[in-house]
Amino acid sequence: MTKQFEHIQTAHCENGVATSLLKYHGLNFITEPLVFGIGSGIFYMHLPFLKINGGPAITYRSMPGTIFKRTANALGIKVTRIKFSSEKQATAYLDKMATQSIPVGAQVGVFNLPYFPPEYRFHFNAHNLIVYGKENGNYLISDPIMETVTTLSEADMLKVRFAKGPLAPKGQIYFPQHINPVTAHTITNAIIKGIKHTNHAMLHLPGGIAGVNGIKYTARQITKWRTQLGPRKAGLYLGQIVRMQEEIGTGGGGFRFIFAAFLQQAHQYIPNDNLLQISEQFTTIGDQWRAAAVQMGRIYKGRTTNQQADFDICAQMLLQISDLEKEAFTQLENLKLKTT
Amino acid sequence: MKKEDLPQDKTAITNIFREVCYVKDKDGNYTTDLSTGWNVKADALDNAWNDIKEKVEQARLQVKANQQSPILYFMELKLMDVSLLSSYTGFWKFTIRRHLQPSVFKTLSDKKLSIYAKAFDITTEELKKFKG
Repeated sequence: MTKQFEHIQTAHCENGVATSLLKYHGLNFITEPLVFGIGSGIFYMHLPFLKINGGPAITYRSMPGTIFKRTANALGIKVTRIKFSSEKQATAYLDKMATQSIPVGAQVGVFNLPYFPPEYRFHFNAHNLIVYGKENGNYLISDPIMETVTTLSEADMLKVRFAKGPLAPKGQIYFPQHINPVTAHTITNAIIKGIKHTNHAMLHLPGGIAGVNGIKYTARQITKWRTQLGPRKAGLYLGQIVRMQEEIGTGGGGFRFIFAAFLQQAHQYIPNDNLLQISEQFTTIGDQWRAAAVQMGRIYKGRTTNQQADFDICAQMLLQISDLEKEAFTQLENLKLKTT
Repeated sequence: MKKEDLPQDKTAITNIFREVCYVKDKDGNYTTDLSTGWNVKADALDNAWNDIKEKVEQARLQVKANQQSPILYFMELKLMDVSLLSSYTGFWKFTIRRHLQPSVFKTLSDKKLSIYAKAFDITTEELKKFKG
């Protein structure tokens, strides 16, 4: 197989790797919103006892790797995933694929990713990119969040593949195999599966820290921060929320817009006009997430006097978002879409 | 978000790449557009870096005052905590905390120092000679 690999830029890295790889293997209908919806990428969980960089630990997405896994499963495609304990084997395997120009997805840490803006190089280990070849000792890289393709030296590649810490990639690479033609019927069923999974994750997980209830939990925490931590640290916490929420397409507003786009595209397979109307609701919700980020920004940027009332406004906005999402996901659930 | 509302602020990504965002065109259909960044995010990022710089500076002063070993300074400089440093070096967290004491640091072998230096991406000499 010596097809030309085509770089596709997307809002979110895992969506992007999945979209590019599936498209490369002939699934021409695939788009980022479809991958995101079928793979059930939207999630929310506030982990009460954990701290990340000394701030609140909130996840806005499903576990890394699951978007591609669910999408591939639903479309009847097998994805091979390999982790390595030895750097030598990891390099040998990647080189074998790269010299045959077979594109593969790789999980990497961004701390040592030289083409990333320095300000973004934190110890974050769940970034995804595609290696699609090797030339003059450099790997040819298609990073879905970048506008164009780039390269990585062997030394840098080893560093990013064997970054340490939480979600350590362990040299992980993955690629689809056994691609069968996908019918419109399969796509429709995959979409319904994705919608159902998302509804469940956002509405019905117990514990009060996940899904729409998790958003409420965060809102309640925010009202306590200023007293508990003092104005400065409370502001930093809000900054951390905004960073995780809106950074490079990940999280709050960005994800709602992709999900709204997904519902529009789903309508092409499932002619139920309610999908379009619910898509509208998610657009509104996405705008609200961004408005909440602006309000938080005013606090940490010092554009308010940083009073308790300012934090209460943020909390109020999140409570409202939680209610709107509950309403929208419930409507989606009440469509009672059935796989056939 | 409507296409015309997509922020095009000057941020850390501006000269490196533009990010894809999903926006609605004038007919209400979703499409993608490129953004050079958004001030609200950029400010949050700035804040986080100011906080990091403060921690690094505090670590430097502590090393200078001989209250902490240079390991603390480079750990903060490389945005690590003890647990991450433990993953990179293979030393136990307990051991690393001991090595943070200047009196213990002085007794460390070159081999151990080189393991730290590798994790920090510096030379053993740089680690040894750092006085704050």
